[in-house]
This record gives sequence, structure tokens and C-alpha cells, in this order.
Amino acid sequence: MKIHIAHGRVVDPKSGGDAKQDVYIEAGRITGVGAAPTGFKAGRVIDATGLVVAPGLVDLSARLREPGFEYKATLETELAAAVAGGVTSLACPPDTDPPLDEPGLVEMLRHSARSLDLAHVHPVGALTAQLAGKRLTEMVLLTEAGCVAFSQADVAMPDTQVLWRAMQYAATFGFALWLRPQDEFLARDGVAHDGEVATRLGLPGIPSFAETIAMETMLALVRDTGARVHFQRLSTARGVELLRDAKAEGLPVTGDVSAHHVHLSEMDIGYFDSHCRVIPPFRSARDRDALRAALADGTLDALCSDHAPVDEDAKLLPFAEAEPGATGLELLLPLALKWGTEMKLPLARTLGTVTDRPARILGAEAGQLAVGQPADLCLFDPHAMVRISADTLKSQGRNTPYLGIELPGRVRCTLVGGRVVYEG
Amino acid sequence: MQLPDAEQLCTSLVSQLRAQVTPDTAIVGIVTGGAWLAERLHRELGLTTPMGTLDVSFYRDDLGRSGLKKQVLPSQVPFEVEGRPLLLVDDVLYTGRTIRAAMNELFDYGRPARIDLAVLVDRGGRELPIAAQFCGARLDVPAGKILVLERDDAAGGGLVLQLSAQRRKPSAAKGAGK
Amino acid sequence: MRNPQLNAHGELQHLLTIEGLPREVIVHILDTAGSFVGITERDVKKVPILRGKSVFNLFFENSTRTRTTFEIAAKRLSADVINLNINTSSAAKGESLLDTIDNLSAMHADMFVVRHASSGAPHLIARHVEGHPHLHVVNAGDGRHAHPTQGLLDLYTLRHYKQDFTRLSVAVVGDVLHSRVARSLIHGLTTMGTPDVRVVGPKTLLPEGVEKLGVRVFHDMNEGMKGCDAIVMLRLQNERMKGPLLPSAQEFFKSYGLTAEKLALAKPDAIVMHPGPMNRGVEIDSAVADGPRSVILPQVTFGIAVRMAVMAILAGN
Repeated sequence: MKIHIAHGRVVDPKSGGDAKQDVYIEAGRITGVGAAPTGFKAGRVIDATGLVVAPGLVDLSARLREPGFEYKATLETELAAAVAGGVTSLACPPDTDPPLDEPGLVEMLRHSARSLDLAHVHPVGALTAQLAGKRLTEMVLLTEAGCVAFSQADVAMPDTQVLWRAMQYAATFGFALWLRPQDEFLARDGVAHDGEVATRLGLPGIPSFAETIAMETMLALVRDTGARVHFQRLSTARGVELLRDAKAEGLPVTGDVSAHHVHLSEMDIGYFDSHCRVIPPFRSARDRDALRAALADGTLDALCSDHAPVDEDAKLLPFAEAEPGATGLELLLPLALKWGTEMKLPLARTLGTVTDRPARILGAEAGQLAVGQPADLCLFDPHAMVRISADTLKSQGRNTPYLGIELPGRVRCTLVGGRVVYEG
Repeated sequence: MQLPDAEQLCTSLVSQLRAQVTPDTAIVGIVTGGAWLAERLHRELGLTTPMGTLDVSFYRDDLGRSGLKKQVLPSQVPFEVEGRPLLLVDDVLYTGRTIRAAMNELFDYGRPARIDLAVLVDRGGRELPIAAQFCGARLDVPAGKILVLERDDAAGGGLVLQLSAQRRKPSAAKGAGK
Repeated sequence: MRNPQLNAHGELQHLLTIEGLPREVIVHILDTAGSFVGITERDVKKVPILRGKSVFNLFFENSTRTRTTFEIAAKRLSADVINLNINTSSAAKGESLLDTIDNLSAMHADMFVVRHASSGAPHLIARHVEGHPHLHVVNAGDGRHAHPTQGLLDLYTLRHYKQDFTRLSVAVVGDVLHSRVARSLIHGLTTMGTPDVRVVGPKTLLPEGVEKLGVRVFHDMNEGMKGCDAIVMLRLQNERMKGPLLPSAQEFFKSYGLTAEKLALAKPDAIVMHPGPMNRGVEIDSAVADGPRSVILPQVTFGIAVRMAVMAILAGN
């Protein structure tokens, strides 16, 4: 169907364009911005008065929990949550059960996702078999099956010999490694940032250098192997500095941060709020401020949802025993807007952190609003407040520290491949 | 309403009691007003056994309703209760619940030979089968009011009866619910 | 954020931690405990104040000693006491913590005394029973977080022997990192206005940023002892005596064990406290533990009175 999106404020982060224009869609692609293509006859006109028309969001880390953890969430619920949050492309980490370490599993996941016909799903393959950190996976075959990168998710890889070889092998074929740096031994038993709050509450701590020591090891290996590494969900000020220096040195590295982490700190744990039990832990306010600034200056390339739906029972436990994770797909846009407003950034730059910047890391045709691009779009009201509540979240995970809080940015309509997949 | 002079009632109580006490009698006052009165009686009657004081807070039956009052004083019973005649003293006798609590506490110290009760004022309104053997005066006090004994420590420790409005938390008020 | 242990009237609904307790609440508990000390010296050591109430001792972590003191305290208040060692019963069958609480609430419990290996477990339970104003939760030790009744009995002991908190120097010595006793005592001392609270130990046994709790840090025990009015020795758990935190119990004793020589550096009338059970020859020398400055046994007696006071005050709110 041909769609005409009328009277919207069209924002394209890639070009920095931000103007009232109309958008024309046919055959799944954008065929006109501003002026209608000749002979365009709309099958549907969407009135976008008062709305921002932006590229659909691109999320670099969203757990869909399938296969294996269907009691926490299913593809169906989580992809519905994605489009309700304006997310049209997402990468899912390999820590499913079984992990995404075989081409068949990846094909099956992509097939199921395609049949739902909601957001585009880009699996990240397991770097090692069973994520056990010992044996490399068939990266070439996995890439053919559709993997966009390789990762250990949150599973540690203490054997640096294997990590070195994995980087060499991946570099051979130009595959990217997406790694969350954390020294397993330093983080052992830890559940909160090793700082004032953990000391006061008597929670075992994870020191900041658990992240940076692992990161320095990885950077040394990148320097030697030339592997492309994307650092996932950095949490410390020092980690950001390391990334900045590595980029200045010319190493092929990038980094992202989770949307909760640019807003919250260890103080938000309050009286043992298990919704603040996340990986990596919320760190000091100084770390948080460094993350916010680094995302604005481009040191950090992207903002991700780090979507991790957790069933309620797994959160109704003492802090340390509660399962880590926060639901994120439906909070990504509101939390990005909140950050951008607080940082006084133009809307196009704010949206860049969740559209074209992550799309570049993903290597997918996404995150741009221009003629010829796929018609993956998100129409939202930037001023309408959304109250985050268990009743309104589409995700099966209702676990977020923002429960009951109002955030800016209500998604009104999401299009994927020129089809309206969500209207709210 | 016109309240009687506490000092006069005190004198009357002393004369009622003089013939009744034995050298063995021990006197126990209920904190706070009863203890002041007991102190006075102990001195005027010239008793040799040291006097005792009871704070019956831990024996009250209204904890769930009124909470534990802010300052609970330790009860002091510095004599053998077993087999001894006791004179229990309070300022105002009302529902009888405080006296019930005090007797229960006394029995935790031993089995007395007998317990007599002396009060400055009996204001009626009993909810338990309890009576004072020695009583300074009987008074009708409206149900909503509380009658308390005050001691003017600045002016030589004179005793004065006072009427006040019902407090929200009776246990926090001196002499409440008696 | 409302203090989760106070009710809407600002009264104590649960006792979860000393941190954030108003000073007057602490004083009320200590004063009330004073009245109960007298009762524990009588022939009939019992008052009827909690008659008909059911106190459940929920010990998710074994501790016969602490459970016994709570049991004695509750019985001396005439409560019915039910002891449950949950690590050996329901938890093994997979029943969740909050399911257990729901079941016991349905049995008309009035008070839960909770010991749990995880920091924050009593907070979770208190939040869960929010709709039941007659239900009270007492933290009997959670993870490394808090052991408020122990902290209160330590305060009681200090007040008993030293009266005025605002002129005291108190040293807390040993494994502060894993110690809920230390955290509760430190919060109690700072709330009561103690000007000089010290922690003494090797860097491996002091938590990150401990000075933010309002204490001075000493690694040299001799320095830490100087001019102290009271020394609180912490228990060193067996499993921590050898490993990455400490090389051996002997070496710990050499640097941080309380001996007569080290005690001599404190004020001449300094008292020695220990939450028990003691490791003689590890954190404390027998001569000191049994010596004239030790108030370790009176602490146990006061502990019962303090727990009686806490339960009586909670039941009345």
C-alpha cells in the first residue's frame, strides 16, 4: 500500500534534517520526502500533525528470551513491545537456551521472527560453543545464517588465549565482536557497584576496575589482531576514557551504553530495590555523568535498551538473589528523549544515538529517513508523557526502576517495511 | 467542678491507716501519682520496711490500643513479698484495670499474705470487681475527663488534684484509665 | 522515600536497620530495655505484655545463639514463640521466601523475627506485609547489612558503662567488610552523636568507602587503640581466616588480636565488647576476654532486655 505521512516534523539524524515535511512510501521504501513522487496516489494518509516522524529505532541489545526462557518472554510479546516502543530493528544477544551457537538455531529464530512480521531481528551469534569460552563457533556459517556479530553476552571468558584466537579468527573474515568487558574474578559474587551504597547496604561489590581491566586486555588484543570490537554497555567513567583513547589511536572500536545507565546511579537502589539489580551495576553519579557526556560527544556510539525481561518471581527476592535485568524496549525512546532534553541537544542528535549511529554498528540498512531507504519509521509525540506501568507495557517483563514514573515521548505509529505495525 | 484538697485527703488516709498497719506491712505505690502518695504515707506512718514502686506498663491490657508509653520506669520491690501483708497505693481508682495489672505484677514477686488497697480518690466507673479498703474521698467525675494527682516539687512537694481533658493516647497521660 | 520501618505516625512499625532511626526512637528502646533488665533479675522473669501474640522466629540462616536470645525475650513477654529453621524445610522444597511469609501470615502471626543470609531480605518482607499493620518484622541479621538488635544492645552496654555518647571514642576492630554488627553499631553511634568512631583492620577487611559512614580508618591497631573508651572486637568467620583476605588466623591475631598489651594503649577504664561467639586466640586473647575490662557477658544479659524492649514497643505501635 502507498502511504502518505502528512504534516509531520520529519527528523533524519543522519543528515541532521529537521523540518515540517511530508513523507511518501511505496513498496516498502521511502520514495519521497517533501515533494510527492510523480503520480503518487496514497492508499492511506496518516495525519502526523504534532508528531515527530523519525527513522525507526535501532536497538543493539534486546533479549527476546527465545528459545529457552519462554516463561520470561516470547518473541511475540517482545517484538510487539519493540514496535510499541518505536524499535524497528534490534540485535539479540546469544544467551538463549540453547545459546545461539549453531546456524540452525539462528535460522529458526530468524524464521520465527520474520513470520511475526514486526521488527527486524538481527541475531548476534555466540563467540564460543555453549558460550563456554573454550571452543570457537562456526562464525562463517553463522554469518551466512544471519548473525551480524559474535558475543559472549554476559558470560565470562576468562581464558585470554581463547579470546585472542577468537579475535584473530574473526578478524580474518572481518567479523565484529561485541563484548561486554568484565573481569570475572573481580566481579565474583558482586551485585552492586563497589562504593558507598554497597558498603552501607552490605551488598557485595563489583569494582569499577572489573570493567576497565577487562577492557584493557581486550584493547591490547585488538591492537595486535586488528579485530573489530564493539564494547557493550560500558558503565564507568574510566571505561569511557579508555574507549576515547582507543578511538584516538585509530583502533577499530566502538561502544554503547544502556538507556537506564545514563540516568540512574547506585543511589537509586534505595532500600534494596531489586529493579535496580542490573548488569553492569548502576555506578556512581560521577560515572553516570561521564556516560551521559560521552554519549553526547560521540565517544559512546549508541544508546541501547539492554532489554532483559525478567519474570516477576525472579525479582521478588532479596536484592542479591534477584535476577538482574530491566525491561527496556518501550523505555528506549522516552529515556533517550529525557537524556537529550537534559543535555540540551537538538532532537536530531538525540535521535541519532538510537537510529543511524547504532545502525552503522549493526551494519544494517536502517536508521535513516531518506529517499530510497526502507520505510521503517517511528511517529511519536515528543511532548506527551507516558506513565510506565505494568498494565501498559507490552513486554512480558515489567521490571524497571521507572515503574509508576512518567517519561516524555509517546509512540503513535510504527511502520516496518512500509507497513503500519503499531498504532497507539 | 470543685476538687477536694489533696493534702487534706492525705491526712484523712493516714488516720484511717494508722490502726491497720503492722510492723510487717510493706507499702507499694503505683507510678506516678500512687508512688508519690505512697512515699508520703510511708513517711507519715513511720513504716520501717522500705517502700516499693510499680510501673505496671508491662501488665496493662490495652497495649494494642494505646502502645507502650514513652518512659517505663523499672518496678522496685525491695522486700520479700512472700507471706507479707501489702498495702497497694494509687492516686485515683477508676476502672480497676490498673489495680488488676498491679496485683498481677505483685504476684510475680511472690504470694503475699494479703493486699489492701488505699486510694486518694474513688471516682467510680469500675469495670472490674475491685474495691478500695481505704479511700480519701468519693467523687463523681464526668466520663470524658481524667483526674490526676500532681506534685509541686518546687513548692515542697505538695500534692494537688487536677482535672484534664481526655488525651488521644491515654497511656501517655499520667493516671489515665484508672 | 519514606523510611520503610516507620508507620504513617512516625512510629516504629518494623525494626530493619539502625540507619535512619530517629534518635528519640533509639533512646525510647534503650530506656524501655532498662526497665526490662530489672525483670530479668526477678524470680518470675516474665511479664504478660505480649500474651496471646505469636512471634515467629524465621531463621533462613542458622544461628542457635541469636534465635535463643529472641526466643527467651519473646517468652519473657509471654508471647507464643514458633521457631522455624527454613533452610532445612520449605526452602529446600522450592517454596519462595514470600510464599513462606504468606503462609505464616495466614496463621495469624503478629511478629516475624527474620535472620537471612541475603542483605535486604527483611526489607523485602516488610514491603510485602505492608497491608497488614498488625504485623511487625524484626531483622535478626541480614547478610552483611544490619543486625539492629545487636547494635542496640551494644549501645545499651556503652550507655550503661559510659553514660554520655557525645564524649566517647569507640574502636570497632576486625572484619568490618562482612560485619552487619559493625554497620549497625556505626550507624547507632553516629546517630547518638559519638564524636570518634574508628574502624581498625587490614585493607582486605574494610569495605570500600567505609569512611563515608562517618568513621576514622586505622590499619595500625596500636594507633587505633589510643585513647579509646570502648573496643568492640568483631568475630572473624572461620572460612575467612585462610584465603585471599587473610593468610592465617595466627597472623591476624598478631596484628589485630586484642591482647593486654594493646588494651593498655586505650584509656585505663576502657571496656571490651564482643558480639560473640568469640574466637579466643584469633580476635581476642583469653586473658582480655575474661579480664576485668570485659563486658562480654553483661552484653548477653542486656541483649535479652533490648530484644524485649523492641518487641514490646513494636507490638504497641
